[in-house]
Amino acid sequence: MASLKDVRVGETCTVSKLSGTGAIKRRIMDMGITKGTYIYVRKVAPLGDPIEVTVRGYELSLRKDEASCVEVTDVAKAAAQGVA
Amino acid sequence: MDQPPEGNSEGTPQPAHTTTLFNELTGSNGYVGNWPGVTVEKKEAVWKKDADVLFTDLPGIYSLSPYSPEEVVSRDFIISGRPSAIIDLVDVTNIERNLYLTTQILETGRPVVVGLNMCDLLEQRGEKIDSKRLSKMLGVPVVEVSALRSKNLDTLVGTAVDSGRANKVAKGVKCFSPEVEDALQTIANTISGSCVPDLLRWYSIKVFERDSAAIESLGLSKQQLASMEKVIEAIEQDRDDDSESIITSERYEWIATVMDACVVKAPGKLTVSEKIDRVVTNRVLGLPIFIAIMIGVYWVALVAVGTPATDWVNDNLFSDGFFVSGNGQAAFDEADKAWQDAHYTNQVSGFIAAAEEAGVDTDGVQDAIDADPQTADDEATIADFEDAAKEAGVVATDVPVTDSDGNFLDTEGNVITTLDADGNPVLEAGQELDVLPTVTEADFETALDNPEPDQHDYDGFVDSIPNAVTGWLTDAGASDVVISLVVDGIIGGVGAVLGFIPQIFVLFVMLCFLEDCGYMSRVAFVMDRVFRRFGLSGKSFIPMIVSSGCGVPGVLATKTIENERDRRMTAMLTTMIPCSAKLPIIALVMGVLAGGSDMWWVAPMFYLMGIVAIIISAVMLKKTRRFAGEPIPFVMELPDYHLPSIKSWALHVWERVSAYVKKAGTIIFAAAVGIWVLSNFGLAGWEGGDGSFGFLQAMDGAPDTYMDYSILAGIGGALSFIFAPLGFGTWQATASTISALIAKENLVSTFGVLYGLGDATENSVSMWQGFANMFTIAGTLRALPPWAPSAGRWTTPSGSGSPLATSAALAGSWVFSSTSSTSSSSLGVLGSGPWLPLPCSRSCCSSSSAPCPSGTRRTSTSSTTWPRSPSPR
Repeated sequence: MASLKDVRVGETCTVSKLSGTGAIKRRIMDMGITKGTYIYVRKVAPLGDPIEVTVRGYELSLRKDEASCVEVTDVAKAAAQGVA
Repeated sequence: MDQPPEGNSEGTPQPAHTTTLFNELTGSNGYVGNWPGVTVEKKEAVWKKDADVLFTDLPGIYSLSPYSPEEVVSRDFIISGRPSAIIDLVDVTNIERNLYLTTQILETGRPVVVGLNMCDLLEQRGEKIDSKRLSKMLGVPVVEVSALRSKNLDTLVGTAVDSGRANKVAKGVKCFSPEVEDALQTIANTISGSCVPDLLRWYSIKVFERDSAAIESLGLSKQQLASMEKVIEAIEQDRDDDSESIITSERYEWIATVMDACVVKAPGKLTVSEKIDRVVTNRVLGLPIFIAIMIGVYWVALVAVGTPATDWVNDNLFSDGFFVSGNGQAAFDEADKAWQDAHYTNQVSGFIAAAEEAGVDTDGVQDAIDADPQTADDEATIADFEDAAKEAGVVATDVPVTDSDGNFLDTEGNVITTLDADGNPVLEAGQELDVLPTVTEADFETALDNPEPDQHDYDGFVDSIPNAVTGWLTDAGASDVVISLVVDGIIGGVGAVLGFIPQIFVLFVMLCFLEDCGYMSRVAFVMDRVFRRFGLSGKSFIPMIVSSGCGVPGVLATKTIENERDRRMTAMLTTMIPCSAKLPIIALVMGVLAGGSDMWWVAPMFYLMGIVAIIISAVMLKKTRRFAGEPIPFVMELPDYHLPSIKSWALHVWERVSAYVKKAGTIIFAAAVGIWVLSNFGLAGWEGGDGSFGFLQAMDGAPDTYMDYSILAGIGGALSFIFAPLGFGTWQATASTISALIAKENLVSTFGVLYGLGDATENSVSMWQGFANMFTIAGTLRALPPWAPSAGRWTTPSGSGSPLATSAALAGSWVFSSTSSTSSSSLGVLGSGPWLPLPCSRSCCSSSSAPCPSGTRRTSTSSTTWPRSPSPR
């Protein structure tokens, strides 16, 4: 199954499951990435990591390591930029 | 009410939103400290309008989970501290995520008022919130406010105070699905006897989430736990998810329905913030823009404004005094230059030497000339000498000329950088010593009649604080001990702190702006990749940049790091970057290595070694228990850009600067006085001394080098074995190192005093010679410049001085700081590799503390932005 780490810039996806445990998982959930959440991958930092996503109407940055805990489906090219 | 109602503001870690609110409400004059056991800041203050209302500013958090220290202190405060009411400040530009925290706060069984902050920004975006409807759905009052523009704040607090007085406890929202609510009800029935009714909902949910900290405090029996576990497992199997995730997801699902009901969203178009962000964190432009901003901050704070301002304070207010009138300054400069060019001091000493050779009695003549004020005896000595010299017809020939650092010059005006064992200049082929051909007795008398121009005699001169205070105390008839304590100990210590205020102020003006406008989190975003390799995060970058100017604000800048472990580690590592206080030492090493010629690679080498030291230490620290463990999640909100209001910006800066004065001030001050005592008291063990204990300077027959007999010297001797492996096992080196704990630049002046070099500076050839002689490997050092790094060792083990004190204050524990000090010092001692010039102390402060006896001119490190090569004026 694809993880958020593999989603390219400019694509959107839907969260299907969160793997991982403890603080990291809870933190990701607390920030609003839960099952069924719609995510737009906005950009990648100049050095290739971390990534910036739009989730629940705000900008969130997370490392690729952490993004790999987020399993996603329905990866698609975003219809228009700035929408999430 | 018997107890004053307590409010507490709470919000997500948006740039200083709750802090803005808190400052607006209280005028920022309350208590600032740490929560017990953690370096999370705790702020308390009373309301400007009603002193019965006490506010506590809780750290910005996203959730009441038990994972980060910020979340834990907030949670404990609400659950155990039972504040009278809670103000939940919600950032409406990000309302969905903010309401997530709100749903949790509503369950804590306290009266809650929700403040909708930044509604004006929302309107600009064309969005709207139905706050009445929201209030109904949340079951608590909702007030639209603007913390930045002080709008509606009194209503907000008034509502909170009313709710608190009436004890209108929030019931919490039924935000979960029917199955989960049923399960929560079952749990509530089981635990209802174990907690207060107000907290039943809170604990039911915590038990469902299997939050071990909360469950423990309930003290439930095994049967109770087992029965509830069945209920939880049933739902988990049904949903194929763990209970914590179920709770979180359902909270967000409920919030989504609230959003649909209360918020009118604007059609998705790029906001200004998004447009800015597209540029500044652009994949291509991001790094260059970031570097440009950092260079800008560095340049303004450390080169253009901050350091010159600090140098001015240190050199003028605390060292030499200054002119308020340009004419006075010009007149003095002219007279001083004319006096320097006439080489009167060379004439005097040259003539005395010639007279001695000619068999004239010169005993005590130089001392009599130097005495200030001269007694009748001194004048008689000089007159006798003049008569005798005249009689003997003494004429000095070929008297060498020196510059103001006491260095010999050649005829081209260059400094002669090689001295033989007796301190005589060694000339290179083709070089010729600059000399005064003849000095007659008449010249000698002229020289004596032309004393060094005194600034006090010129218009518009304002004396420095130490000089002025010395004058007052002498006039008041204070004893030498009191004068020395006040001037060298207290003013030296306080000055060391105050001298930094200009630099710290400038620095924080800029850092607070970057923080408040939202760029700081982009810095972390851009730099994270680099720092993560060493177990740090992108936010560690700013403190390190700042530390290259001065360690104290560097450590203070770590406050912008939210995570406690990262913050501590960064505070420990950041002082390893060489700061500007090390420049004189770098100049000294450079002098030893290169004999004053510009060796461009020496200074960059020190910085490189500092960076390598950080990396190695970071890797080592990660292996210690305190810093080991799971990596800290770097899941971070990137807030919208916005211009901070001048007022909140100013308050933010004031908060940081005053924190520096309070925290660093007390510790540095105490340390400075301590070092003063150590270096000025001791046993009179010199020849003719009576061996009694006391204030050395004032004792009978105390030599100029009285510090040899001080307590500091004793400690230095006892500890010198530690540094022996580094090649400088003398007590002088150790004592200098101890005094450099307070201020790195003290090292040069202390060293000068200990070796009887008087006012030699880092630019004096004689100082280089003495420095080189301290090393057993000095010869090698000179022969093999590529091995230069070993010279850096000498600067190594001197702890991290004042930043250490600052980091201790920041951490609130001396145990922590001693760990920091031992780790950096032991790294210095253990490592014989080339990474050594580790921790750095305060920067660029020339008003050093104790170890200079009064009368000894202090080493000035003013306006050094690069090691100055010794050049004649």
